[in-house]
Amino acid sequence: MGEAIVITSGKGGVGKTTTSANIGTALALQGKKVCLVDTDIGLRNLDVVMGLENRIIYDLVDVIEKRCKTHQALVKDKRFDGLLYLLPAAQTVDKTAVKPEQMKELVEELKQDYDYIIIDCPAGIEQGYKNAVAGADKAIVVTTPEVSAVRDADRIIGLLEKEKDLESPKLIVNRIRYNMMKSGDMLDIDEITQHLSIELIGIVADDEEVIKASNHGEPIALNPNSKASIAYRNIARRILGESIPLQPLEEANKGVFSKLKKFFGVR
Amino acid sequence: MKNRQNVTIKGTKGGLVLHLDDRCSYQELKRELDDKLTANLRTQEERHLITVKVEVGNRYLTGEQREELKELIRKKKNLVVDDIESNVITKEEANRLKEENEVMTVSRIVRSGQVLRVPGDLLLIGDVNPGGTVIAGGNIFIMGILKGIAHAGSFGNDHAVIAASSMKPSQLRIASHINRAPDSNPLTENREMECAYINDNHQIIIDRLQALIQLRPNLTRLVEGGH
Ligand SMILES: Nc1ncnc2c1ncn2[C@@H]1O[C@H](COP(=O)(O)OP(=O)(O)OP(=O)(O)O)[C@@H](O)[C@H]1O
Ligand SMILES: [Mg+2]
Repeated sequence: MGEAIVITSGKGGVGKTTTSANIGTALALQGKKVCLVDTDIGLRNLDVVMGLENRIIYDLVDVIEKRCKTHQALVKDKRFDGLLYLLPAAQTVDKTAVKPEQMKELVEELKQDYDYIIIDCPAGIEQGYKNAVAGADKAIVVTTPEVSAVRDADRIIGLLEKEKDLESPKLIVNRIRYNMMKSGDMLDIDEITQHLSIELIGIVADDEEVIKASNHGEPIALNPNSKASIAYRNIARRILGESIPLQPLEEANKGVFSKLKKFFGVR
Repeated sequence: MKNRQNVTIKGTKGGLVLHLDDRCSYQELKRELDDKLTANLRTQEERHLITVKVEVGNRYLTGEQREELKELIRKKKNLVVDDIESNVITKEEANRLKEENEVMTVSRIVRSGQVLRVPGDLLLIGDVNPGGTVIAGGNIFIMGILKGIAHAGSFGNDHAVIAASSMKPSQLRIASHINRAPDSNPLTENREMECAYINDNHQIIIDRLQALIQLRPNLTRLVEGGH
């Protein structure tokens, strides 16, 4: 029986899809059987980031509406020898085509066959969010070190904490720029973690390699030499229960937390 | 019909005190009150207003009945009703009073978009994040950081106070007064606990927590001193 993890954020464009793709990839690299589920109906792009767009035949809504069997809609990632699959979102219909109970049922079904179900959540707190969260056992909240993103993360955490079936959410701070953080022009990791009061499960640098990799349909986690890749692999290992401290290169840049008060709660 | 007096009128320095018996029927009481007041008025031809305090003993009066009695008294030219005092209240009112005097302890983070509302005092073990709101009928004590909105004395109590380990509110409200955070952010980090209260000029003032000891001695609820 597997475990379903929803990747969410509230604010759009902070890296949910990138995080989903790379955590999924890193877990598969660890030998786990993973199913990625794109719930961003109408705006799918997890398939593009994974480089699987051309192989899509059926999608999530086809499965929900029983136009095909679940396994028929799953796109196999050939790079992983049967360990990584993607259930793509529908592109042609809107979010209301799916209901939370249906999602829950689907995720339950997938949990029979996979170790991890990684659910890529759409931005916002409406229907799409509710669908994405419906079947999840755990949640990861992605934020960037920006006031508006952190504010939305706070909102989402408040909603996630109300879900009885969910464990306390974990935090990823994405797109960190160490220089800006050092100079006090960007929120500091300690500050963000204290403000949101949830456990930090990883931090990822702002790295143009991430964008390049996504554009080529090859998640950065496949490349063993990039900083961002190591960060995602570490997150995957923490999900697996290993206790890995923040990387020295990550750590060295933590804890610059004075001057930044001005970004938060006024006064 | 009866010998017992259901309505007795007493004159005091402050005006009249009407004692209304609590055993007769309400209708009877009303009739007698009307008679008595009319009779009484003829004897005293004063011009100035007289305040009247009404005591109804162990009789429960509905809001409607209260209004009716007030109306009846007011009609007698120079009488004004100061207060109607009853020894009894409904269970509902009693519960509300009890709740308003209770301290509710809550341990959590009040996050963006969330509202935490209590009828009495609030003791929050945690932060109020920006976009989050706490509302209390009484005082608000926050053991963490106040970064959102706090509204104390929400039913109109001007004496309510707000205290926090760290005060960085986006807005403070006490009763109907509002105080917005200044737009500029002084970088000086205040490490002391602070409180907010309404001063004599009806402004919300932020001060050291200790100021409350002088300003709001009623915050002490301990009835007997320990020495
Ligand atoms: N660590 C990173 N470094 C550099 N670029 C990044 C990083 N993470 C994400 N990006 C880029 O940011 C953009 C938005 O990322 P992504 O699509 O994953 O966000 P999202 O939260 O899924 O967005 P949406 O809310 O639209 O679904 C993409 O161009 C992505 O390549
Ligand atoms: Mg996305």
